[in-house]
Amino acid sequence: MSLLHRIEHPRDALAWEGDMPTLGRYTAGIAGEKFFRAIQEHGQFLGTVCPICEIVYVPPRLYCEQCFEHLDEWIEISPIGWVHTFTLVHLDLDGNPLPEPLPLAFIQLDGADGGLVHFLDEIDPEQIFVGMPVEAVFKDPAERKGSILDIAYFRPV
Amino acid sequence: MSGNRVAVVGAGMTKFVRRAQETAKELAWEATHLALESCDMTLDDIDAVIIGTAPDAFDAVHMKSEYLSDGCGGWGKPVIRGYVGGGTGVFAPIQGWYHVASGLFDTVLVVCEEKMSSCQPHPQGAFLTIFDHTTERPLEPNLLWIFALEMNAYMNRYGLDKRDIATVAVKNKRNAADHPAALLGDANITLEDILNTEVLAWPVQRGDVSPVTDGAVALVMSAEHVARRVTNKPVWVEGVGWTLDTAYWTNRDLSYPVYVEEAARMAYKMAGITEPRQQIHIAEPYDPFDYKELHHLEGLMLFDKGEAPRAAADGVTQRDGDLPVCPSGGLLGVGNPIAAAGLMKVAEIFWQLRGEAGARQVPGSPKRGLAQAWGDLMQVGTVIVMGV
Amino acid sequence: MKEYVYDSVYLRSKDFEEGNVLFETWDPNARYAWDAGVAIGRYLQGLKAGQLIGRHCPECDRVLIPPRMFCETCFRPTDRWVELEDTGAIITFSRCYVTWDMIRITDPQIPAVIEIDGASPGMGIMHMLSEVDPDEVQIGMRVQAVWKPAAERIGAITDIAYFKPL
Repeated sequence: MSLLHRIEHPRDALAWEGDMPTLGRYTAGIAGEKFFRAIQEHGQFLGTVCPICEIVYVPPRLYCEQCFEHLDEWIEISPIGWVHTFTLVHLDLDGNPLPEPLPLAFIQLDGADGGLVHFLDEIDPEQIFVGMPVEAVFKDPAERKGSILDIAYFRPV
Repeated sequence: MSGNRVAVVGAGMTKFVRRAQETAKELAWEATHLALESCDMTLDDIDAVIIGTAPDAFDAVHMKSEYLSDGCGGWGKPVIRGYVGGGTGVFAPIQGWYHVASGLFDTVLVVCEEKMSSCQPHPQGAFLTIFDHTTERPLEPNLLWIFALEMNAYMNRYGLDKRDIATVAVKNKRNAADHPAALLGDANITLEDILNTEVLAWPVQRGDVSPVTDGAVALVMSAEHVARRVTNKPVWVEGVGWTLDTAYWTNRDLSYPVYVEEAARMAYKMAGITEPRQQIHIAEPYDPFDYKELHHLEGLMLFDKGEAPRAAADGVTQRDGDLPVCPSGGLLGVGNPIAAAGLMKVAEIFWQLRGEAGARQVPGSPKRGLAQAWGDLMQVGTVIVMGV
Repeated sequence: MKEYVYDSVYLRSKDFEEGNVLFETWDPNARYAWDAGVAIGRYLQGLKAGQLIGRHCPECDRVLIPPRMFCETCFRPTDRWVELEDTGAIITFSRCYVTWDMIRITDPQIPAVIEIDGASPGMGIMHMLSEVDPDEVQIGMRVQAVWKPAAERIGAITDIAYFKPL
């Protein structure tokens, strides 16, 4: 091989294969622990309130990112909200077609200054619209693990 | 000194722990919140934020500083991330310095965070990429090799044995017993304790190595007119320096860190230091391994080549010695959350020069100190000189 | 300064194992194919042929190994390939008793940096030592590459099985 050697096909190039053997392990954190435990144990959403900036954080945070105060006022948040925006996912991560388009939405929760990204179900994808009221459907308590997947999906109210 | 005068005016940190429950951004907030409180500032006083944090792969979060930014006070502000591997913790305040020295900003936050416990089964899985993927990784190396090989080269060059070097681990773990954030402080540890730890990669034994750690540290840095208003004890940045050696580590002289010498020369020149051994009163060189403290003290020209071990044995580097070294307890004692560990050293110089280091306070009212870190592909030196 | 240290929350291994704390895991599946490039591509071909090669820098007149198409010191293109010996001297070495994920091993691995004969002083590569009592290894010891049989060589640094004392 010289500097001017031309490679006709990528497989002709010398390459060494390897990996980076890491597994990410993420704690839920101080605020996250309380949030997911409430979902797991009570099927309930919690938020934290910044009284200075008048922001209700969902998912809750330990601190207000705007004024940097520690947040320790926790309130229950309704499982009902509305579709802020949505998409229909047609391909899986490897680019293969999905059997059915998968509706995915950002759901703004009532009484909160935020919300959750989650799946929509019990609805014809053609009927979804921005502003549509939806509610969380939780998994059976025995199946909950303290994870975002303890919410099965959101469905129209 | 080029540029406007810049001072460190506040500092805060988390405890250094083996596994934190906090998310990385919660850790960053804890440190940053305390740093602001320490100088009675709020986010309204902050013009820009510098975030130092090591590889994304540690936290398994890509764009890690963007992820961290709200916990670092970056909401709605100019934010920059600096990253020079292990050298980051001293490089970040250097960036803080030039953000302010340039006149562009009056007050900046400098925040360094690491959550190494996120990286399973061991952070080495990410660290291993320090070895060349094609010419070294196929040999299935262990990260410890690179330090063991360097330590052996250093010991062989100057005829040192393990006893000469383990004194550093003893000193730092004892010093750390007085640090409220320390992970491995031990007031009663002995030389024999270190020498009896298991051999990992000879000459490196367990006791020679700093631990995998989670933690965060934050500083507030201000221009002179702000610093004079918010505190009567500003700690001025007098000099900064950083350089890189070749990335071909098997082509380097492993017994001497020339990159540290070059970084120190840059910082000393800026600070007007001509006789570092007289003019530096306290030093926090990077000590992820005990031999590295000695290696770096020589690179910083605070001791002749090969002479740092004897000075350490003679007590020169003890807290009450002629040149207190790592009075914090260093990475060996306080812990080694990579980027945060380097900034912990800068915070220690800040507290020591203000006389606020409590049980760790070195006697004699030191007037000038330096912190230094080392990293990238084991070839960057970063140095900051501060004074009152 | 104790008031400037936040009382962060410490977890133990068993907190994860026993589910005392919530966490998620994610495997990034970080698999790569790193192009060898021009210099290392030729280096690997040399290894397959049982030959160590370096590159010459016309500016500093050094012979560099691992080979590179530019000298990072002079920042000039290197100008020619140089066939090197498969012998050299140990610059430094270790005896390693743990794997990368910190599992103990009984027989130590012996990684070393070996200065290769025919390259300029200080030009070393990392490789393994074997056929030697681990306690007998010394800096300065002369060693030689032990090559895998030609049929087993694939164009990799592991085409040299290890180095052994001369």
